[in-house]
Amino acid sequence: MANPSLQFGEFGGRYVAETLMPAVEALAEEWPKAWSDPTFTGEYTAILRDYAGRPSTLTEAKRLADALGMEPGGRLLLKREDLNHTGSHKINNCVGQVLLARRLGKTRIIAETGAGQHGVATATVCAYFGLPCTVYMGARDVERQALNVFRMQLLGATVVPVEAGSATLKDAINEALRDWVANVDDTHYVIGSVMGPDPYPTMVRDLQRVIGDECKTQVAALTGGLPDAVVACVGGGSNAMGIFAAFVPDASVALYGVEAAGEGLEGKHAATMTAGKLGIYHGMRSLVLQDAGGQLQEAHSISAGLDYPGVGPEHAHLHETGRAKYLSVTDAQCLESLSQLAQTEGIIAALETAHAFAALPAILDEVGRDKVVVVNVSGRGDKDMHTVMDAMKPDTDSSSTEQPS
Amino acid sequence: MSRIRSAFENANADGRAALVGYLTAYDPDLDGSLERIMAACDAGLDVLELGVPFSDPTADGPDVQAAMLRALAAGATLPRVLDLARAVRERTDIPIVLFSYANPLVQMGSRLGAAAANAGVDGLLVVDCPPAHAAELRDPAVARGLDWIGLVAPTTNEARMSAVAEVSTGFVYAVTLKGVTGAELDADAEALSAQLAAVKERFSIPVAAGFGVRSAKQAKALAGKADGVVVGSALIRAAAQSVGALADLVRDLHAGTER
Repeated sequence: MANPSLQFGEFGGRYVAETLMPAVEALAEEWPKAWSDPTFTGEYTAILRDYAGRPSTLTEAKRLADALGMEPGGRLLLKREDLNHTGSHKINNCVGQVLLARRLGKTRIIAETGAGQHGVATATVCAYFGLPCTVYMGARDVERQALNVFRMQLLGATVVPVEAGSATLKDAINEALRDWVANVDDTHYVIGSVMGPDPYPTMVRDLQRVIGDECKTQVAALTGGLPDAVVACVGGGSNAMGIFAAFVPDASVALYGVEAAGEGLEGKHAATMTAGKLGIYHGMRSLVLQDAGGQLQEAHSISAGLDYPGVGPEHAHLHETGRAKYLSVTDAQCLESLSQLAQTEGIIAALETAHAFAALPAILDEVGRDKVVVVNVSGRGDKDMHTVMDAMKPDTDSSSTEQPS
Repeated sequence: MSRIRSAFENANADGRAALVGYLTAYDPDLDGSLERIMAACDAGLDVLELGVPFSDPTADGPDVQAAMLRALAAGATLPRVLDLARAVRERTDIPIVLFSYANPLVQMGSRLGAAAANAGVDGLLVVDCPPAHAAELRDPAVARGLDWIGLVAPTTNEARMSAVAEVSTGFVYAVTLKGVTGAELDADAEALSAQLAAVKERFSIPVAAGFGVRSAKQAKALAGKADGVVVGSALIRAAAQSVGALADLVRDLHAGTER
């Protein structure tokens, strides 16, 4: 279907209420101008360098490579977005969108957040620029990400818990959209992933592709060539789209997205690519977990950032065309990989990120253990320690409190 | 002439703006919903806007959100909503506009136009489906004789006004405020008068104004500036009290639409 109003094959579009359409059109008109304006990109690059700490490093993970049975010639390389200021890749997008909001004369920022990483990054950039910031967050996520809620508040942002629906990311997005429609004149909505109405999926990808561009140069410096595979976790899909973007034209580079299979694909999960169907929601046409009548289903993942029933439209397109491959791993596999990475490399990754690592055995089976594989370490795990402690409790209890009988 | 256009003409001939009433199908359940819809129609609605429940109604305020959740809990699906429309059609000749978010309609696919027409539905109003994307849902509906109700907002510029005019038939829905359904509305605001005058000027079909209308006084203020007045959240709140309260409010609003 060649529909010019859709940006990614049969996916994308601008499915929003009329009140928001002029604002969305203004963004779509301004974004390409800003992105080709050296003053704008110069400021974006300078802030990412001087404030966020870019470029992020590329770390070779030798002990994990050994543990995964990689062979001579095989190399496992980690793109360290976890080392950015605020602890994840999210800041790349926030810096760019807040700069754009200023360019458009907007004086107030709103955002949604799942794990809190995007909310913290948005609150941080708003503090940096002195802009008022309101973050919508599902009430369930407020509970399981208490640390990030406090960080946002400490940064001066207002955090609004959303009780509606499943009280997670999708409901936070609904409420942010309702705020935007009421305050569209002075407010910019900083969407945190490659989702929502056009131009957001394109704009957020453009702002995140710094990950892929840096990575390509770093891998070439280290190996003299391209990697054989690039792996990233996918909720909405911004860290994956950011690292994929630089490699999509290189047909020899296999691209792998890893979704949350939660309790397993038979139970509650967030594996949109595997189990989703074409739908229209949150301003876009993409794949979504829904029932036969078109009602969105509640997703589940131990990681709040992947707990979303939808996915960005460009990922749906990469999936449909076969350019990228999407796998899913369960909560249990994620926790196991989180420990393995911590104990082999001394890196405590976010629960979201740990999904990418959990898929490595299957991916290495496919591409071979003598290949160069890059994993995007999208965020660090400090925020998740309470969740991980709770999830690991039964084991801890049995080993530490076991009494001789 | 379509049932919708006739309703506007008849109201106008009576010296009134048409009263368009929104109720969510299956709120609180099938029987309760049918009883409330019929009570509202009998009390003086000119057009029924029947809401298809959706899990994520981003354009709606708390009243419609809650109504949709109650309806989904009561087992509402699009085919069942169409059965309800048919039951209404068997009892009255009132024009029925099906209000929906795009996704439930898209999931029904190509069967939608015929299914809606067979159920006695007269028009579609899809809140998150702007003109550039309308063909998928609009073409099959229009082919079966249904009207496509476009929306314009206080933020709509001239270019978008033309795009909406190109696809709209029956009437055009002028959103009276920047916000979600049921928000506070100043029906006497000068900016609103100017907005409605501009929309009237631009469209050759009737203009119905809605969002935030809850009183006869507001209906009266709008009746002089638009061909129709839409009330939704306030009806849902009244219906949640009692069928009688709903009928009273509709009578009150009906009186308010007199010019």
